Amino acid sequence: MAALQDKYKELIDAAQAAGTSNLKVSELDGVLHIEGEAPTGAVKDQLWNIYGKIDPNFLTGDVVMNINVATAVAGAKLKVITESSNLNIRKGPGTDQPIVGKAAHNEIVSLISKQSDQWWLIRTDNGEEGYAYAQYLQPVE
Amino acid sequence: MIMKLKHLTTVILSVGLLFMISCKSKPKDADIQAAVTTALQSSPGVTADVKDGVVTLSGSVASQSDKDAAEAAVKLNQGVKSVVNNVTVTPPPPPPAAPEVTADDSLKTAVAGIVKDFPGIQADVKDGVITITGEQKADRWKKLKMALDALKPKKVDASGLKVK
Repeated sequence: MAALQDKYKELIDAAQAAGTSNLKVSELDGVLHIEGEAPTGAVKDQLWNIYGKIDPNFLTGDVVMNINVATAVAGAKLKVITESSNLNIRKGPGTDQPIVGKAAHNEIVSLISKQSDQWWLIRTDNGEEGYAYAQYLQPVE
Repeated sequence: MIMKLKHLTTVILSVGLLFMISCKSKPKDADIQAAVTTALQSSPGVTADVKDGVVTLSGSVASQSDKDAAEAAVKLNQGVKSVVNNVTVTPPPPPPAAPEVTADDSLKTAVAGIVKDFPGIQADVKDGVITITGEQKADRWKKLKMALDALKPKKVDASGLKVK
């Protein structure tokens, strides 16, 4: 139990020090699960950098870290952070749903609501509205 | 009779002298405080207050045995008349519940939706464990790992992944 928490002590301490809310650190079958809500995207980045320092390239597989960003609230501005392509906006939350619009790489859109951790309802400046993958959306701070 | 009286006087005098000596050598509160503070180093969270040789312990510990240990450590010190143990026992919070793990069916759909944007990556889902194989650049793999971890899997096994 303590061995994993010792290995990732710097990460857990940093999460606490940075004011991560609802921080939950638990273990399941040799995997440390770290969940919480970081106050900013910068804190989330910082935590991922510390994780990558302790476990280079995240290859050990002994951590699952699910950190959300508290600033991603309804009405927030989000930047499309796809690699280079457009982000599909879909009618419903799921890749099987029809595409109703696209948001360009680096475009700024608005968050309407979060259907789940993965699917967020967004609106583009052109008024296109639908669900997009949260992993490609980053709150603008 | 006179001899007896003389003897009694000597006894009274020596008792008085003894009493004075013992009064003089009685540890002062400040000395007791110092000794007690040292003794309490092994009882974090407990503080002591000394007045007229009476030690009052306060603070909070995790168990009754820690509370008793603090009292025992303090009692041993010279000059301590009695101990008032006001230490409260606050049990540590229970360990957090096991993490929530997404069921395989929803996990599979979600993983497939993400991995399709990462050419060169294959993913398999079984019993909540996402197994990743293939090749990927380090920064892209980091993005993928962040996305996969957000799906609440039991584990992301990337031992078969080659990071370029």
